[in-house]
Amino acid sequence: MVQQYIGASITRKEDERFLTGRATFVDDVKLPGMVHATFVRSPHAHARIVAIDTAAALAMPGVVAVFTYDDIASLAKPIPVRLYPLPSLEPFLQYPLAQDKVRYVGDPVAIVIADSRYVAEDALDVIDVTYEPLQAVVDIEESLRDEIIIHEAPGTNLAAHYVVSTGDIDQAFRDAEYTRKERFKTNRHTGNPLETRGMVVAYDSGELTVWGATKVPHFNREVLSSLLDFPEEKMHFIEGDVGGGFGIRGEFYPEDFLVPFAAIRLGRPVKWTEDRLEHLIAANHSRDILCDIEIAMKKDGTILGIRAQVYGDMGGYIRTHGSLVPASTAGLLMGPYNVPAYECGVHCVITNKTGVGTFRAPGRYESCFIRERLLDMAAADLGIDPAELRFKNLIQPSQMPYNAGRTRADGDTIFDSGNYPQALTRALDEIGYAETNPKRWVDDAGRYHGIGIATYVKNTGRGPFEGARIVISGTGDVAVYLGITTMGQGHETTMAQICADSLGVSMEAVTIYHGNTDYIPFGGGTYGSRGTVMGGNAVHLACQNMKERILSLASTYLDTEPANLVLQTGEIFRKGAEHGPALLSLGEVAGLAENAGSDEEDSGTLEITAYFEADQLTFSYGSHAAHVAVDPETGKIEIIRYVVVEDIGRAINPLMVHGQAVGGAAQGIGATLLEELVYDDSGQLLAGSFMDYLLPTSTDVPPIESIVLEEAPSPLNPLGVKGAGEGGIVATGATLANAVSNALAPLGVQITQLPLSPSFIVKLLSS
Amino acid sequence: MTTERNIRLTVNGKAYESLVPVRMTLVDFLRGELDLTGTHVGCEHGVCGACTILVDGSATRSCLMLAVQADGANLMTVEGLADGPELHPLQRAFQRNHALQCGFCTPGLLMTAYEFLRDTSNPTEEQVREGISGNICRCTGYAPIVQAILDVSQEAG
Ligand code: FES
Ligand code: FES
Repeated sequence: MVQQYIGASITRKEDERFLTGRATFVDDVKLPGMVHATFVRSPHAHARIVAIDTAAALAMPGVVAVFTYDDIASLAKPIPVRLYPLPSLEPFLQYPLAQDKVRYVGDPVAIVIADSRYVAEDALDVIDVTYEPLQAVVDIEESLRDEIIIHEAPGTNLAAHYVVSTGDIDQAFRDAEYTRKERFKTNRHTGNPLETRGMVVAYDSGELTVWGATKVPHFNREVLSSLLDFPEEKMHFIEGDVGGGFGIRGEFYPEDFLVPFAAIRLGRPVKWTEDRLEHLIAANHSRDILCDIEIAMKKDGTILGIRAQVYGDMGGYIRTHGSLVPASTAGLLMGPYNVPAYECGVHCVITNKTGVGTFRAPGRYESCFIRERLLDMAAADLGIDPAELRFKNLIQPSQMPYNAGRTRADGDTIFDSGNYPQALTRALDEIGYAETNPKRWVDDAGRYHGIGIATYVKNTGRGPFEGARIVISGTGDVAVYLGITTMGQGHETTMAQICADSLGVSMEAVTIYHGNTDYIPFGGGTYGSRGTVMGGNAVHLACQNMKERILSLASTYLDTEPANLVLQTGEIFRKGAEHGPALLSLGEVAGLAENAGSDEEDSGTLEITAYFEADQLTFSYGSHAAHVAVDPETGKIEIIRYVVVEDIGRAINPLMVHGQAVGGAAQGIGATLLEELVYDDSGQLLAGSFMDYLLPTSTDVPPIESIVLEEAPSPLNPLGVKGAGEGGIVATGATLANAVSNALAPLGVQITQLPLSPSFIVKLLSS
Repeated sequence: MTTERNIRLTVNGKAYESLVPVRMTLVDFLRGELDLTGTHVGCEHGVCGACTILVDGSATRSCLMLAVQADGANLMTVEGLADGPELHPLQRAFQRNHALQCGFCTPGLLMTAYEFLRDTSNPTEEQVREGISGNICRCTGYAPIVQAILDVSQEAG
């Protein structure tokens, strides 16, 4: 195979429409007769709904309809969990509209439909909902006391609790020469894609078309079909262009039922475009974890065991991610280290806040912060250099594949391949660790400098399957239809690279189609860095099958054996004579397929659908290193250098892999330094706009040095790839907290919670 | 009280006349009435910069301005940047540097950068970072955007 595309930093095929303003995002979709939706949302964190008066709204010119729980009652079913389900979570699921109680500020109470979004918003002001406010619970420990019950039926706020364990934890602590126990907390924040959520739904002649789907359209179609009791084959989910995902976007939310419901009831297209203030209270929050952890070690720094309790603040309802955030915190809390004994309790705790879902590297950003901070504290106590302590405990390449034991409720965690020490060495070399002595100092301006490091491992490429369909036309053009979706990852380019090389055609001949449930019967979607691993290998597999079919058709026609032919740059050559004249073009082979007559296998269009299956996860890994300077007067942290080293097995397009690493790191740096969805005691969100919720800007994000390694291809798939979407963000909280703690150690500061805002640093220094 | 008013304005060299509700924002007018959907809305409260266009030559957040305030103005949006099929140097530099992922922030950033480069010759990296600090990008981490803008200034210089 002549490989020319995989591994090349090719600029993106899809860029032009975005650069010229011709892309089609969901709010760009406009249909004749379209009406607009807005939502009445609870202003209370916890209250009983006494009455809803919609008369004044319905009397307003331009208002088409208002639907409350009573209107959906006959269909009302809870929104099911997509990932990490547990039976005990069931009574805590969210219905599309609140029935008799609201459980967070933003809980939808009614949907309003009007001629324009302006009028629909006016109507919100005159809908009179009478509430009987109840006392709110916004704190994990308070919630666990069950003095105020948020969901009456189950009678507790603890929605799930289970324990994972591996090895003999009691023995580990009996044998310990050193132990340390700490409590850590990560800040509630969220992904904030720049495009808010939205959808346009049209109902016409019994067919339902939904624009604005992304992430998991096939799954969401199945859910909507079951909730609306509407045949799945008559539903068409269309993705269009998407302004960022990051975990939050594309899950099945209450609005994903209500807008289609309204479109069917009214027989008119309905558009909903979320506004940013709404997004901050209605779309998933993430990362709100409290963790008590204790480590047992030998005096030389060898880890004997870790035990922990992880509490996830889930908000008012369990949403589509089930127990994922706390479960994943527990799942990789032991990290890339030899931890012979591990035990962790996982608790899903309901509070009167917005529901929780994933944000890029969910649970792993959290667990990395918790573990890597504790390792630095232990290193200091034991008088061992933090890097040396890590080298002593990192899993060695000779141990791969490595079974870390039962750290998840659903099975063992098995690291597929890797050279973890090498990634750490590389990060240390880049930051100049060995030469920087001491590793903390005070400069002439009185600023405290420190170096911090952290290592991580992150599961990617979740199965069980992913599909791709390839159609070759008479002109020789190759159309590839994907089951995965795209929110900015550049799949129209990377998947074309894979296709071109795997099939033996030029990239220009390949066009990628994605995000339409009509393209392919089944699709797993895009989340958890699975796009290239699952989607890429599906394309590769479909190409392999297609190539076999092409060579078989050509060999019959040329009266030779397939083994005597090669497909290269879109043409068939005799093997060994690839520089000679082509025997057939791809278009001609497509013609052969058309005319192949009744021989079943070879007749009809030149088309192949293939599904790549995987029952194991691939694990990307790496290390981050940072040099920070902290001003003790203002609490401001300057990041002087930030290094990301990530091994993803094999890079399809290094330009884009670096883009993912740098973009992810920028998000993590912002989240670590600035972002927090703060609630007051009554459950009001205090950071409900971009004035109060600060996202990182070009002057906040330092230059990020990204190093991509390809030392350990995954043995689990033919391309050898691992996911590349999350390595940039995973270790940002850990690395910055370690660097700041190191810098401020002479002042007695040890970071145990995030974010590291200037006011928080000043507070730490004054206490 | 008049709730609608007639306005005339020029967008990307083309003249328009329209009766608009007085409370309609300029960005809603461009997107909804003129179908110029290249200009995006990310926050509707003046922070993210996704809606940035040029109003009489200066970069303006079109979510913070009413359509009626643009009466008589000369506007330029992302749709007006390329010269027919020929991309503007900024657009080419964005592509070369992988300065867009989801592309939602891109139109606002291009317009901000357009004004910035017009007004600043040979900028330093710091000046570029300052110049685009009112535009949020959630995907790229900014470095490739900064590089793209520096590239264009060097080509021009
Ligand atoms: S939409 Fe105008 S600044 Fe964000
Ligand atoms: S490219 Fe997605 S927000 Fe900038």
